[in-house]
This record gives sequence, structure tokens and C-alpha cells, in this order.
Amino acid sequence: MLEHDSNFLVETFKQYYFDHFNLIHVPDRSSEREFGYKKFNSGMIRHISLKTDKDLRLMLMTNVPSDVFCSNAYYSFPNLSMGEKDWKEADLIFDIDAKDLNLSCRKEHTCIKCLSCNEVSLIQDICPKCKSNKLDFVSLPCQNCIYSLKKETLNLIKILTTDLQIRRENILVSFSGNDGFHLYVANSAYNTLGSKERSDLSDYIMFRRAIPEAFGFKKANPSRSLLPELAEPGWRGRVAAGLFGSKSNRSKGVTKIISDGYHAYRQRLEEMGKNSIGIRIDPNVTVDIHRIFRLEGSLNSKSGLVKLACENIEKFSPYTEACLIDDKPVEVLANCPIVFRLKNKKFGPYANETVSIPKFTAVYMICKGIANLA
Amino acid sequence: MVSLGHDEIAKYPFLAEAGKYLQDKGFTLEQFATDPDLQIIVDKAYERIESAANGKIYNPKFDNSDTFSFLIAIILLKLSGMNTLINRFSLAEARRAEKFLEKDLVDNSNKTSEELAIKIIRDIFSVSVKKDKNNFVIPISDYLRHAVNFHELEWKLVNRHVESGMVFLSRHETVRLIRRELGGYIRSRIRAANTPSLYKGFEDKVNRLVDLAKKFTVSATISTEYPPCIKHAIDALESGENLSHSGRFMLATFLLGRGQSIDEIAPLFKNAPDYNEKVTRYQINQIAGETGSNTKYSCPSCEKLKSNDLCFAIPECDNIINPIQFGKKRL
Repeated sequence: MLEHDSNFLVETFKQYYFDHFNLIHVPDRSSEREFGYKKFNSGMIRHISLKTDKDLRLMLMTNVPSDVFCSNAYYSFPNLSMGEKDWKEADLIFDIDAKDLNLSCRKEHTCIKCLSCNEVSLIQDICPKCKSNKLDFVSLPCQNCIYSLKKETLNLIKILTTDLQIRRENILVSFSGNDGFHLYVANSAYNTLGSKERSDLSDYIMFRRAIPEAFGFKKANPSRSLLPELAEPGWRGRVAAGLFGSKSNRSKGVTKIISDGYHAYRQRLEEMGKNSIGIRIDPNVTVDIHRIFRLEGSLNSKSGLVKLACENIEKFSPYTEACLIDDKPVEVLANCPIVFRLKNKKFGPYANETVSIPKFTAVYMICKGIANLA
Repeated sequence: MVSLGHDEIAKYPFLAEAGKYLQDKGFTLEQFATDPDLQIIVDKAYERIESAANGKIYNPKFDNSDTFSFLIAIILLKLSGMNTLINRFSLAEARRAEKFLEKDLVDNSNKTSEELAIKIIRDIFSVSVKKDKNNFVIPISDYLRHAVNFHELEWKLVNRHVESGMVFLSRHETVRLIRRELGGYIRSRIRAANTPSLYKGFEDKVNRLVDLAKKFTVSATISTEYPPCIKHAIDALESGENLSHSGRFMLATFLLGRGQSIDEIAPLFKNAPDYNEKVTRYQINQIAGETGSNTKYSCPSCEKLKSNDLCFAIPECDNIINPIQFGKKRL
């Protein structure tokens, strides 16, 4: 990032933290958690202990980080090196990211940024200007992405509250600040599980590695009555809904499954996990019991938007509610071939032109790498 | 600790405090070493170890002398100091107890047995089991802690009946779930027991056990240039511990990578509790790419081994990324 761009972001982020102290707090049991942060144009600094809101604010004002993180794990000595921290337990965490949802709209609002000549253009295989194939992808999520993310989040909450019997009030949902949602489950029976156990739990949630035998198809002697029914709890019920749609279609569906055979059924289950009923979480996040996860209330340097808790997921409008930078006009050199919306206003397309836009949009575009200060 | 009657203690003798049990019954260890009338129990104890060493489960029909034979077997094992026999004995005793647990879990005629079996599973393995008609239900978190030890897909949570935070299992599956830890529990009890002084009457049996253990001693040479993960795996096999599938895979691929032949590698596995020469050779052949798909597998990376809890890095590892590089890293 160019120095004057990063200086501008540092000033803006500092102002945000100064103006919004009320939004940013240390989480519960803060003295047992590890904090970390990144600064613009610099690497990660970890193994920090912050006990109070005051400590956190002091750190924000002194260092003006580009990103702030806090562990989901609880340690006896959070500021010691990893091997000496003495891990106690970790909240269960989930990350649902738009890029993992394989949405068809994505290619319409993703542009490429050439790593050789910095040209930004609509999605294609090579840079139209210098023909380089070293490209970065920049996605500016649309309403459909948000809608799909919310749907996925609600489906995940349903599995967590029914199958896993986690109380809804113990699940905290946040907009990640870029193009995803984060979920935290605190104080559950799952807190003491290690990484391997969490990996099995991720496979459960994603409906991965299901075998036909568990879903009613014995290799040797398949029986119609063993295949799942819609009224059954857990994955068997959801598989039945995915396979048959309604109770009246079951008989016909069962006949087809049995005639197609064991391997076809296995493939069908696998395909359902990937593309329909499986919840598309990022398993690497859930299995990581030492992760430092973006802190709620902090700005995301990939977008300049805030990681914000959302109580009413359906009504939550991330590109309005999480956009908390002011609207003073800023002149930028913008290069963005696609249209996007922030705070209910339409921006773009910009063809390498100098424009005056509100600061929140300028920050968003600079963070995304599609504008520079003029 | 669980309070036990005669029958229960004969079924689950590892729950008894050895010294205290003998004392309560009015016996001393010396009596077993000297009294000709008690020799039959010492003989039984020896047979019990011998059958375990040969991978057999000791005859599960029981009488009260069974508890004594178990306790004397532990004394003999401790006196022999042969870890490989202790491991084999623990595994065989676990299999034996497993049969009783499975039967007791659904013993409608004897509620006490049923409660005891549930209590053993709960107290020793921290799995809170509840009975629900013909099923046993356990919390998902408890299930996962034990099920991750299995590699078969049927144990994955996604392939289980899950409802309201609970996993539903048959009695056989419930007992299977704790099998591995049951062996470990018995082994840890034996290891923690005091080694008594050697009475003359036990000498012959102890010497025979030392001879018996020799049958399982690995004669392969171990180079000092092996990395700690490989040494650890060889140590585990040598002491008769059940090395995981990924541990065995690592060992075989490493040694093949270092140019050892299948004939040289196969004997290393002969001490594994479930050793079968034909199967071992077949598997090493597959890994070497000499049969099957002709794919020659290479040793997993250090990172992969770390995630499988097989890494025991030492400073000499010097940030290598694969065990095969150990000792070869350029300066």
C-alpha cells in the first residue's frame, strides 16, 4: 500500500477508535485471553494480554492497528509463548464466508487487479493492459451475497440449537466486517474439546464423509424401510428432505435410490454435502483452538467496515450498519469497473478517474485496493 | 471408587486394590508363594498371562479364584518387569472385561450389574451414559472425545444418530467406544502398582515369564540417526503398545525411504498387539508400491505428523520439514 494511502487510513482508523470507544470492549474473561494486532504495512504482533477496556483503548490509540484480534481460547498465561500459555478451553467458533458459498453472482461483482501493472478490470484470465496472468481478485459483495450468507448463518444456528443442543442465547453472531459472518458459542459443553474433536464436529456441520450405511443403504441387502424419513431428527431428516422434497415423493425416490445402487447413493450424499444441505463453514477456523479471531467492534482493514454483532440477522444490513466512518468528501483516483452500494448509495463504475466521494467509500475502496488518494 | 461384590470383582478385577483385597480375604502374598494348596492359583495366574501374551482372552467363565489369579498375575508381571507382557496382558484383560460390560449393560434380570457397568463407564472414562429403551445415549462432547480415536467412517459423528445434543449407541458400540482406554486404564493401574519383593516360590514363574517375553523382543538394529518421531514409534512397538495406523504408516514409509527392505522392516511390527505377519507384509508391500496401485508412498511431512500427535521434535530436528531429512540437513 502506498504510504500516503496508509497514512490516511491510520488517521481515519484512529478517529474511528476515538469516536467509538463505546463499541469496542474486551470480551468476558479478558485476562485469560490472548490479543494480537496488525499495523498497516506490517506483520502480526501476538501474545498480548489486555485486561480491561482501558488497556484495549490505550493499545488502539498508541498503535492504531489495521486489524485487532482476540483468542477464542482461555489460557493461564495468555502473554507467554504458545507452548507455555497453558490452554484451558476455547469457545466454539464458526466463519461463514461468501467466497465459500459458490454463488453465481460472485463473478459479476469480482474484478481483477493486475499484480504487475495495478490495472483493475472486469474478471478475465489475463490483464487486458499488460497481459500478465498474475492477478488478485477483488470482490465487492452484493445483496444476494448478504442474503445467502444470512441464510447459511440461520441454517447453522438451527443445527447448533437442535442437533447440538446449544442455547440460542449463547450464540453470538457478528458481521465479519468484510464478506462473511462469525459465530461464537460461549459456555458450552464443547469448550473443552480439542482440535481433532472439533474437526469431527466441522464434518458433521458440513455434512462431509457420510456413508450410505448410516443413511439406510446396506451394501449387501438394501431395504426400503431403512432409508431416511422426513420426520427423523438430525441429518437423516434433512437428507430425506433433500432427497425426496415431500413425504409423498418418498416411495418413488426410494425405488430410484435402490435401483441406482450403493455407489450412486454415496456420491449423492457427498454431492448434497458440498452443494446443498451441508453448511459451508470454513473448517480451518473451527478446528483451530489457538486462533486469534477478529475483535468485535474493530475495523476490518480489508474493507474499513466494522466487525459488528447483529441481534436480528434477517434485518441486519451490513453495508449500512457496519459502515461507521464519516462522510466528509475525499478526492481519490478510482479504478473500479463495477457498481457497489454503501450506506444505501450507489457508487461506480469509475474508469481510472479522480472523483470526490464520502470518506467511508474512499476508505472502502482504498482497503480493497481499487483507489488511491488523489 | 465403585463398591463391588464378589461377582463384580471377579468380572472387573482391575477395580480392586490388590494389597487390600488380599488382606481383606485374610491372605498374604507369602502364602501364595509357599502354600502348596494355593499353588493352583499361581499356576492359573501364569496361564492367564501366557494366554494374553498369545493374544487370547482368558476364559471368561469365572469363579472367585479368578480375582486372585488376576492379582497374582500382576505380581508376577511386576516381578518380571517385562513391559511387553504387561501391555499384552492389559489388552487381553480389557477384551475380557469388555464382554462382561456388554452383557451387564443390558441385564434386565440384574439391575445392579447394569448400574455398575454404567458407573464404570462414567467414573473411569468420564462418559455419562443413560439408558433409553434399547439404546445408550451419551452427550456429543463425551462421544467425540472417545470416537476421534477411531479411523473408520462409521464412528464419525455425521454417521451417528444424533438428537438434542446426544449420540445414540447400541450396547456393543458403547463398550467399543471405550475399548482402547480400558486397556490403557488397566495398564496404568498395573504400572502404578508397587513391585513386591521376590519370594522364592515365585522365582520359577517369573523366570519363565522373562523367557516368554523374549519371544516378542525385536532384534532389528536401530540407527542413532533416526529422528525422534521414528525412535518413539519403534519404542512404542517394542513395548507392545498399540501404535496408531498413521504411526505405522510413518514408520514403514520412513524406513523404506531410507532404503531398508521389506524383510528388514516387517519384524519391527511383530510386537504389535494385533500382529499378523501376512497382513503386515502385504501392507508394507502396498506402501512400497510393489503391489496394488504401484504408488510408492513417501514419509508424511513433519506438519502432518504434528497434527497426528506423532511429532516429538528435538533441537537436532533443526526445522526440517520431513523426518527423512533428519541428520542430512545442509549447514
